[in-house]
Amino acid sequence: MNEIIAYILMGIGVGFNFFGCLGLIRFPDIYNRLQAGTKCVTLGTIFILLGVMIFFGFTGTSSKALLCLLFILITSPTAAHAISKGAHRAGVALWKKSVVDKYKEDKEGTKG
Amino acid sequence: MDITIQVFLGILLVCCFFCLFRILRGPSAPDRTVAIDILGIVIVSFCALMAVITGKDFFINVAIVWSLVSFIGTLALAKYLQGRDFDE
Repeated sequence: MNEIIAYILMGIGVGFNFFGCLGLIRFPDIYNRLQAGTKCVTLGTIFILLGVMIFFGFTGTSSKALLCLLFILITSPTAAHAISKGAHRAGVALWKKSVVDKYKEDKEGTKG
Repeated sequence: MDITIQVFLGILLVCCFFCLFRILRGPSAPDRTVAIDILGIVIVSFCALMAVITGKDFFINVAIVWSLVSFIGTLALAKYLQGRDFDE
């Protein structure tokens, strides 16, 4: 029974990973790619590590998988935030159909 | 049920090739940084599935260390993109 639940969770995670990486290829802009890639791939990896935890049961391996899960849950959004801020400061333009840029408006507002 | 895990590993390998394609074709440096970050996370899940299919638990240690190193490298690349020094 545990194995069935673990395989289902791993399948959900692999699906999220696949569609996240597909978005990394198909989306037109770096900010859209960051949106698709980081969120979907983080959720998929968390599902896979949950499946690994349930597969191994109450052992040391399971606790190490929990540690890895918490670490990825904390650090992946941090890295994505740093990358998007760095890209905006490096002057990468938005997609031509983007409608709003609040970060630029904030910076211009503080200058003027 | 080993065939299920093998199919999952194949799909994750395709994901790795998607990330490598974006690293190759990315028009600017932040695109490549995003692809490197996501490649690291995909490899962490790959290592977790390898621990399941082989039954050896040291692959989880590899996954933990890979996530640490990937995070530090991504932060360093993001600082480089912002045009700052590393100690600010």
